[in-house]
Amino acid sequence: MTVRSAEILRPPFPIAPNPLAKNSREEQAPSFVAEFPSTQLLVRGTRRLGMGDAVSYGWLLGPALLLVYWSLGSATGFIDGRILPAPWVAVTTGVDLIEQGRLQQHLLVSLLRAAQGIAFGTVAGVLVALLSGLSLLGGYIFDGIIQVKRAVPALALIPFFILWFGIGEVMKVTVVTLGVFIPIYIHTHNALRSIDIKHVELAETMGIRYSQFIRHVVLPGALPGFLLGLRFGVMGAWLGLVVVEQFNTTSGIGYMINLARNYAQADVMLVGLVLYAVFGLLSDRLVRSIESRSLTWRRTLAQ
Amino acid sequence: MSAPVVRIRGLVRRFTLKGVLNGVDLDIAPGEFVALLGRSGSGKSTLLRAIADLDHEAQGSGEIYVPQRLSVVFQDARLLPWKRLLDNVIFGLEAPDARERGRRALEEVGLAGREQSWPYELSGGEQQRVALARSLVREPELLLADEPFGALDALTRIKMHALVQRLSAIHNPAVLLVTHDVDEAIKLADRIVVLDDGAIVADIAADLPEDPIAHLERTAEIRALLLGHLGVREAEAVD
Ligand SMILES: Nc1ncnc2c1ncn2[C@@H]1O[C@H](COP(=O)(O)OP(=O)(O)OP(=O)(O)O)[C@@H](O)[C@H]1O
Ligand SMILES: [Mg+2]
Repeated sequence: MTVRSAEILRPPFPIAPNPLAKNSREEQAPSFVAEFPSTQLLVRGTRRLGMGDAVSYGWLLGPALLLVYWSLGSATGFIDGRILPAPWVAVTTGVDLIEQGRLQQHLLVSLLRAAQGIAFGTVAGVLVALLSGLSLLGGYIFDGIIQVKRAVPALALIPFFILWFGIGEVMKVTVVTLGVFIPIYIHTHNALRSIDIKHVELAETMGIRYSQFIRHVVLPGALPGFLLGLRFGVMGAWLGLVVVEQFNTTSGIGYMINLARNYAQADVMLVGLVLYAVFGLLSDRLVRSIESRSLTWRRTLAQ
Repeated sequence: MSAPVVRIRGLVRRFTLKGVLNGVDLDIAPGEFVALLGRSGSGKSTLLRAIADLDHEAQGSGEIYVPQRLSVVFQDARLLPWKRLLDNVIFGLEAPDARERGRRALEEVGLAGREQSWPYELSGGEQQRVALARSLVREPELLLADEPFGALDALTRIKMHALVQRLSAIHNPAVLLVTHDVDEAIKLADRIVVLDDGAIVADIAADLPEDPIAHLERTAEIRALLLGHLGVREAEAVD
């Protein structure tokens, strides 16, 4: 590795003026650096257990490999087109659907449902997690109920939701909202309950008001947990969408897939699946970039 | 003598399994630097936490009078990792000129220019200096410190001693310093108390004369006295 030699020379002999050095004494490189003997002797060869530096767009590698495998498989006939159409079929069918104006319309409806579900689910998840995470009584009231809900799959609830909310948008957005709410609640609640007691004690000795304690200690301390919950929550929104758009719908990507199934149009079904996948992946990336932006204070293995 | 800032009478503290403090009496005068020695497990931290009102899980009785303005320095720096240094220093400080005061406090501990660093960017000694700045920026009447230099190396410790001496001369809070280190106690404190078996068993003025010879003699004398109370014979301590 070429980087190594620079690293070897650095401590305790600065090679170049260090732009960050506050102290002017440190800014002049000592002249004996050039005479410094063979560097190899200094290498202990510590095995770095961290992961090195991140590559931008490195996260695309896995999906890209999958795409290559699929393309090669389809081109060579290894993957039967009747079982799984080729990737370019998805593209051409997608273009056709756009020209007919169907795709945009379904996509827009689905995106709107997802966005509403994510918004409501996040707000509700955080609020209930705060109520239940920050007070014993709140925990006794809410935590049990939510564990009960966790045990009941969304699919089983839909018939009841149809009874209660009808078959319109309210029912659908409710299902998506629940898919977001649960993971956000679970992770935020867990993060709130795991706030380091040392930080709580520190805040106690400062004699600060409870609201200040929440703002400066609890919320920032629970932020990593909340963001993890948000990642699961965004995925939950897409899953909820897949489920709910199979029922009594006349619009949305799920409806498009369902309709295509009735006419055995594998290519249209495929377009729907690809869209779910792409939006799932993109939204996860979005949350992760929010994560790395708002958690700069944290040093973890991946940095 | 002026009225004490800390007044403790008949302090009893016990945890579910065992009694730790049974009848501690202690007064600390304004600006007085008191070191608290005692064997490991003798209840030093318990006493300090009782004074700081952090011992929610202990049962007990007794009177504790402490001033409103009170700061605690722990063995670990306890910086909030999500706050930059300046924000850590002024955490909980409600004053219109808080930022300016925080900047000055960082300067006092030799960390001027590091206001915007994250805690993880600092060495252990530097973090502890930030913790010291955070405790002093509040101008406390009483500073409680539980082995604040326990995790530092010998050299850093010596520097911290000098820093603490300088800062306590400027801010002049009453100090209660818990330590394991007899020499640290003699060097820093005006008065040294020893905790054993749940009570204060020795209360010694660490009055060191100016004259170098007399200074050494008195140091040795106090040292022998303290080690005796701590159950260590001088010969053992010399190894
Ligand atoms: N939260 C607690 N629950 C139960 N027992 C405790 C608790 N905190 C302290 N103790 C017990 O009280 C006794 C005194 O503990 P304390 O921490 O005050 O000792 P210490 O003098 O500070 O010791 P060290 O010098 O090792 O820090 C110990 O025997 C300890 O086991
Ligand atoms: Mg202790």
